[in-house]
Amino acid sequence: MRYLPKSDAEREQMLAEIGAKSIDELFSVIPEEYRLERDLKIPRQQAESEIIRYFKDAGQKNATDYASFLGAGAYRHYRPVIIDSLVQRGEFLTSYTPYQAEMTQGTLQAIFEFQTMIAELTGMDVANASMYDGSTGAAEAVLMAMRVTGRHKAVVARTVHPEYREVLATYLRHRELATAEIPYDAKTGRVDMAALETAVTEEMAAVLVQSPNFFGIIEDIPAIAEIAHKKGALLIVSIAEAVSLGVVQPPVEADIVSMEAQSFGVALSYGGPFCGVIAAKEQYLRQMPGRLAGQTVDKDGNRGFVLTLSTREQHIRREKATSNICTNQALVALMATIFLTVYGKEGIRELAEHNLAKAAYAARELSAVSGVRLRFDGAPRFHEFVLQTDEVPSLWQQRLIDERIVGGVELGRWYPELKDATLWCATEVVTREQIDAAAKVLAAGLVEA
Amino acid sequence: MATESIERKTVGKVRPHQTQNEGLVFEKSSPGKKAYKLPPLDVPAVDASSLLGETHRQASAGLPELSEIEIIRHFTRLSTWNYAIDLGMYPLGSCTMKYNPRVNEFVARIEGLAEAHPYRPDAQAQGILEVIDLLQKCLTEITGMDAITLQPAAGAHGEFTGILLVRAWHESQGNARKKILIPDSAHGTNPATAAICGYAVENLKSNSEGGIDLEALERQVDSETAALMLTNPSTIGVFESQIHRIADILHAKGALLYMDGANMNALVGKVRPGDFGVDVMHLNLHKTFSTPHGGGGPGSGPVACKRFLEPFLPTPVLVRSAGEPQSSVTISAAPGALHWEYDRPQSVGRVRAFYGNTGMFIRALAYILANGPDGLRQTTEDAVLNANYVRAKLEDLFELPYKTASMHEVVFSDKRQAAKGVKTGDFAKRLIDYGFHPYTVSFPLIVPGALMIEPTESESKEELDLFIEAMRSIAREVEETPELVKTAPHSTRVSRLDEVQAARKPVLRWRG
Repeated sequence: MRYLPKSDAEREQMLAEIGAKSIDELFSVIPEEYRLERDLKIPRQQAESEIIRYFKDAGQKNATDYASFLGAGAYRHYRPVIIDSLVQRGEFLTSYTPYQAEMTQGTLQAIFEFQTMIAELTGMDVANASMYDGSTGAAEAVLMAMRVTGRHKAVVARTVHPEYREVLATYLRHRELATAEIPYDAKTGRVDMAALETAVTEEMAAVLVQSPNFFGIIEDIPAIAEIAHKKGALLIVSIAEAVSLGVVQPPVEADIVSMEAQSFGVALSYGGPFCGVIAAKEQYLRQMPGRLAGQTVDKDGNRGFVLTLSTREQHIRREKATSNICTNQALVALMATIFLTVYGKEGIRELAEHNLAKAAYAARELSAVSGVRLRFDGAPRFHEFVLQTDEVPSLWQQRLIDERIVGGVELGRWYPELKDATLWCATEVVTREQIDAAAKVLAAGLVEA
Repeated sequence: MATESIERKTVGKVRPHQTQNEGLVFEKSSPGKKAYKLPPLDVPAVDASSLLGETHRQASAGLPELSEIEIIRHFTRLSTWNYAIDLGMYPLGSCTMKYNPRVNEFVARIEGLAEAHPYRPDAQAQGILEVIDLLQKCLTEITGMDAITLQPAAGAHGEFTGILLVRAWHESQGNARKKILIPDSAHGTNPATAAICGYAVENLKSNSEGGIDLEALERQVDSETAALMLTNPSTIGVFESQIHRIADILHAKGALLYMDGANMNALVGKVRPGDFGVDVMHLNLHKTFSTPHGGGGPGSGPVACKRFLEPFLPTPVLVRSAGEPQSSVTISAAPGALHWEYDRPQSVGRVRAFYGNTGMFIRALAYILANGPDGLRQTTEDAVLNANYVRAKLEDLFELPYKTASMHEVVFSDKRQAAKGVKTGDFAKRLIDYGFHPYTVSFPLIVPGALMIEPTESESKEELDLFIEAMRSIAREVEETPELVKTAPHSTRVSRLDEVQAARKPVLRWRG
């Protein structure tokens, strides 16, 4: 086996030095009736060339080279080449969690830089080293708010990503913690403020909203914060599209921000690994889940970094920890850090403006097709928009597929009242040509109908 | 300076070399530098402030501004301050720091896989679905279980999912029950998981061999016990030889056996948890199946279970619509199309958006294919051989609190060295000067002053011998020059860092 650095002669020699007659002697503690005396029924050992061919074939079967208008919590942005060059350095790739600070200063400093960038972008005081993803991050943020306030209920906007809400429900349902869902305003697609006002009582630990929300619409965060804070509830803002922060006002009125940082240079990779992160006001730091890198000095006064405040964590506090999280998404957070360094202060704004322009054009061109209307028009959007079509989506979706285009995702699967509505996304990598082609295919249905 | 005063001293397998100084990326920034270029906009530009109104961002975020070469140097310099498997042995017990094959990285980046959007129609995602299906089949065969979900993002997330399955099953039987039994040797994630699943944690004291005390178990399991969370081999690297009795005791009272698969590297191809009574377990693809640790993540924590727990698995579940079930698992796709099934009324619900850390599935499958049944078995044998070799070569110097046969790791205690004032943490820091990453320090908790050593199969005899020599040499230093050990490391860029200050006055971000 090519990954194993031993010859049979060395194995024999080592066994002899241990004083074992055979390798099976080392496994003799396993009761005989449980020992597997046959080969595992898995594919035979493959050559590297065969492995590459297998996965290349799988990639081909996946239908590559499609234009795509899919977003909905996973966004296709250009990924600068140096991200992969750098994260594939073995010193980053094959290093463990930096508990031994003296020999992992590279990872620790990079985490510290990541935390700083996330705090800068979100307008929060502090950010952690990462969470699994945006969905689990949002759920952990709600639990964090419950610990901070000592309250056991939360208000959740229906415009939060449906799968994030499902994850939250899974996290809460076994602990007798409840949520109340707030509808959206049918005209604007924003949180229904009157319903929110009614729902937020002094029993509520938190209000969880997403902005830009699942329909791509930017919420009125200052107004929502006012309602939440009046009743002593914390405001948690979930951000599924991190690039929006280049041009959208950060939710500085929030108490906790839970962000999915996939947009910062992380491949779609069919939904993971992505990069969640929780940022918060400093006063809530001790209830924050996950790892934190902090600055300190060594015996000689040199600046250095360590994992800190670990008394919040499971390896110290066990069942009293703020979360059971251990492994996080460190290498993906490093990708995001490199991405943000490449774009920098000016670039992130310019990139976000390109997204804004592409989506504005796409929304205008596609909704100009007869039988297609833009829903929730009027409220500010980032790069996603909702189209209502007279024609059933499955019909035009198939025509688009025939032209190697994947159209917007159908909202009916999560919002029964939004039948025939689809959520479209146009990032900077979508071209005018692709948008025009999609408009043409949508229009073609009318001729045939 | 006289040349003879320049020391280029070799210690064990290392000699110090220079590393570049490098400030924080923010300190290197200067306005106007750029490392990006966007293509010209092919649609009309928009006025962000009029489109966004009050939601338009006023002040730009304080991100750094650097050129590309500076970014390359910045992160490359940082990388040289890290230790890594690629540099040498990483004997962290319980963490399974094995070689991360590079073909895994290559195939995970194949365009058709890396650029697949999670909401693309199933018909346009058959390639990645085949990969997921094949990995699921391999892992159920390896564990001897019947069904699996790949959705959990890491080991602790897998524990959470597994205990939710336990809870959902008990609920379906009419009583969710109240407590989870956890041995005192367990990972911290186990009790933390039980707590977030709404269970009380009841501690189970280990017996004199570091294993499960059957009498205590018999006493403690009652009609309110939902499950026992067991790590097998245990965290002291010992196989629970009474495992069938443990399962019987639990099952007789209607409780389930959960296995923490952190130590699965000792079992693959030799014995299957499904065959020895485990009802549900998680795997760590980033331990046993070679996906990289990446400085702390990402991981992936699939949960495998017996048939009776399958209805409770998180949604969605991968289903093949037609075609005969295959008798053997092959690399060529089975007939029939794959799709995600969402209508699962008994499911515990979603534990994560989308389908899991898919990129890690690709890597883990590449590893399994590179090994095959013979390679996986040899891997396990070599991992156990290496641990026993280290044990045999060091047990004269270090206290071995549990004499039971070791599987893939060995746990010593610092009793003899502590008598000289040198603790396991000091000893570990000195190991750094010898060119090794420390072993796991002070865990498991049942061994005071633990040195937990897991070499994995990836170490050659030469590297193991160097490690053993380093350990023996440090043991001598404890006798002769204990201060040298207590103040280690001496060869790193930074000396021991002030963790108390870091926690007392947390500085968690740079402020210009």
